[in-house]
Amino acid sequence: MTKPFEPMIIGFTCNWCSYRAADLAGTSRKKYPPNIRLVRMMCSGRLDPVFVLEAFSGGADGVMITGCHPGECHYIEQNFKALRRVLLLKRTIEPLGINPQRLKLVWASASEGNLFAKEVETFIGEVRDLGPLNWQKRAMRNDLRLVESLPEEVPV
Amino acid sequence: MNKKRIGVYVCHCGTNIAGVVDVENVAKWALEELGEEGVVVSKDNKFMCSSVGQELIQTDIEEQGLNRVVVAACSPHLHEKTFRTASERAGLNPYLCEMASIREQVSWVHTDKAIATQKAKAMVAGAVRRVAQHEPLEPIHVPINEATLVVGGGIAGIQAALEIANAGHPVYLVEREPSIGGHMAQFDKTFPTLDCAACILTPRMSEVGMHPKIDLMTWSEVENVDGYVGNFNVRIRKKSRFINLADCNGCGICEQKCPVKIVDKNFEAGIGYRKAIYRPFDQAIPNYPVLDQPNCTYFIKGTCKACEKFCPTGAINFEKEDELVNVEVGNIILATGYDLYDTKKIPQYGFGRLPNVFSSLEFERMCNAAGPTSGEIVLRDGVTKPKSVGIVHCAGSRDLNHNNYCSSICCMQSLKFAHLVHERTGATIYNFYIDMRTPGKDYDEFYQRVLEEKTFFIRGKVSEISDAARNEEEEGKLVVQVEDTLLGEQRRIPLDMVILSAALVPKADSGDVAKQFGISCSSNGWFSEKHPKLDPISTMTEGIFIAGCATGPKDIPASVSQGSAAAARVISYIETGVLALEPIRATVSEENCSGCRICNDLCPYNAIVFHDETMVSEINHALCQGCGTCVAACPAGAISGTGFSNEQILAQVKGLLMLDFAEPELEKVP
Repeated sequence: MTKPFEPMIIGFTCNWCSYRAADLAGTSRKKYPPNIRLVRMMCSGRLDPVFVLEAFSGGADGVMITGCHPGECHYIEQNFKALRRVLLLKRTIEPLGINPQRLKLVWASASEGNLFAKEVETFIGEVRDLGPLNWQKRAMRNDLRLVESLPEEVPV
Repeated sequence: MNKKRIGVYVCHCGTNIAGVVDVENVAKWALEELGEEGVVVSKDNKFMCSSVGQELIQTDIEEQGLNRVVVAACSPHLHEKTFRTASERAGLNPYLCEMASIREQVSWVHTDKAIATQKAKAMVAGAVRRVAQHEPLEPIHVPINEATLVVGGGIAGIQAALEIANAGHPVYLVEREPSIGGHMAQFDKTFPTLDCAACILTPRMSEVGMHPKIDLMTWSEVENVDGYVGNFNVRIRKKSRFINLADCNGCGICEQKCPVKIVDKNFEAGIGYRKAIYRPFDQAIPNYPVLDQPNCTYFIKGTCKACEKFCPTGAINFEKEDELVNVEVGNIILATGYDLYDTKKIPQYGFGRLPNVFSSLEFERMCNAAGPTSGEIVLRDGVTKPKSVGIVHCAGSRDLNHNNYCSSICCMQSLKFAHLVHERTGATIYNFYIDMRTPGKDYDEFYQRVLEEKTFFIRGKVSEISDAARNEEEEGKLVVQVEDTLLGEQRRIPLDMVILSAALVPKADSGDVAKQFGISCSSNGWFSEKHPKLDPISTMTEGIFIAGCATGPKDIPASVSQGSAAAARVISYIETGVLALEPIRATVSEENCSGCRICNDLCPYNAIVFHDETMVSEINHALCQGCGTCVAACPAGAISGTGFSNEQILAQVKGLLMLDFAEPELEKVP
């Protein structure tokens, strides 16, 4: 029997809200699947699209970005800039052979440990259904030819 | 560049971590597998935060020559400072120490031992790779201007201003209304002691008015805020009172002679009158009147000038214009207070339609001996004393259709109203409440006292107040329809008068004020604290503090405490003279900047300036708060962010992805 597929998710979290939400999920012993590994940033606005691409090429099957709710950003409005980037990034990764559903933006405040855990669990389930990405391997197999020829990963 | 010598320390946290993660295995693995990354020491300890654990780090730095430290333990929000300080004690730059949160993010949220251990290893790998990219950093030092700006002259602002001024430092107190005092000046009694509000407030007000260190600017508004902690430059508009203050002696003759009578919607909550030239109340500080230009006959018709004619000192000046003042301050305290929820937005309660439904502030003014009825509790006709009074709690609070939060003061305020009505009219009183919340000192005792005064308490949310009588008993009365949840039945209670304990809401312009001062609001519109528990008076913007109801509904003692607390923080900044800021800042490399200005508009703090001569952007480190948005946006990669650089984050991502999933264990940890 082959090993069931377990997705690997990289999470980029805002220091002020969702990283603290992850802390709270821990403090309140809320269980969620261990497929996510978090990176702390000062703000979701710090998200450089390169981070996401590097995560995918490094073997991640999904990337989750979490920031403060709109209007609650600790840096006033930088989460809106994250939102803009994520929307653009979703369009960018599609022609690169990555289903945009592998990238998700979630708003979670510091008090929403339960929500954070739930969102993580949901996203892991979604990526599990999409199957492994193996972006780098597929790109290598295609000899880095035009990305259109990349197999599978056609968004619904 | 010298070789990286990294020490890894894995904490058991008793069984908090060790119960799920195989800590010894993680430590052993780090030494064996991460040697290439520079790990030379890897240890585990029962409690890394204990003095033994900290000494372990210190000794290794000193004896093994470590130049980087990774502590895999709890969240950095808890002990980052502890371990950074420990590293610093051993002579290592504190910013060369990094934490991996294997408690909050691993052992407390996962159950499978093998997978959890694998994840912990990956997190250690991420931290090791990240810390290898760390550079020593020094805190940024900024000098602090001794003066402070306090915005809002309610009880919180008054308290803050007095504390700072009494410590000998100059304060500018800016108030939008003609007098300081805020909402507290409108009240008659305060719960639970039933102190007369004016008796305890006015001495404080006059202390402010006379204090040599306080520059009081009433009838004034902040127009613009520039600068950063330690060095704010604030422009204040002193609206014209049309009075030469140097000549006015506050005799009040102008007020008596003014022929125009206007409903005072502000101080008298719409149930009393004032003149077109007025002081909101007798004990107003300062005692100068204000000429209400839109309502003044002279400004409307061009004749009258009764005030000028009768003024004994010739102080009236119809030509006087607004004055703009620039002040330089080191810190700012915002104590801008609250508004009362407009109960007309709850149409089923009939406020504004049914005359004898009163808002809480209207009732406060009615009770006040200096108010429009001289303290007589009467119906809207001004003469009839009510024989039965209903008090509706949570009018607009704890209601998803209006405000979902508890306004915190209404239960006690309603009890106070019940007591005052009982004392002054002997009427039958009904309190309609959802839950009684009396958590303050002597609050519940006051509730007991009101209970003993034979006030009826009905537990249920009022569904409607109407004047539609169904029987003789209800004729000519207000009928309160409510489900009595203790009896489990619908009740209709006919009453003469109903008081709505309206919710407290953020000031109508709180969003604009927040933007002006560069702070953030919660989704409800209240100002956000830096930390809701551990730092309730700071904001995310250094040098800007918040106190009182601006952050959420509060009673008087809490507002006063916050005023003092904010003042204490400001005084400590002033006394230090220089403030050390976290060196998480963005920097533009002049060589690589193409001058495209993309970053310029991204900064909410206006920290990025563009130099026309050199065609490059530069970031002011005292203004920059370190969010890193510009770093991510720079197309030339010319901006770097200390503490969270691209190299550091990418290295961490690489480390986190080093290890794939472990085979799950069959036996799960309960």
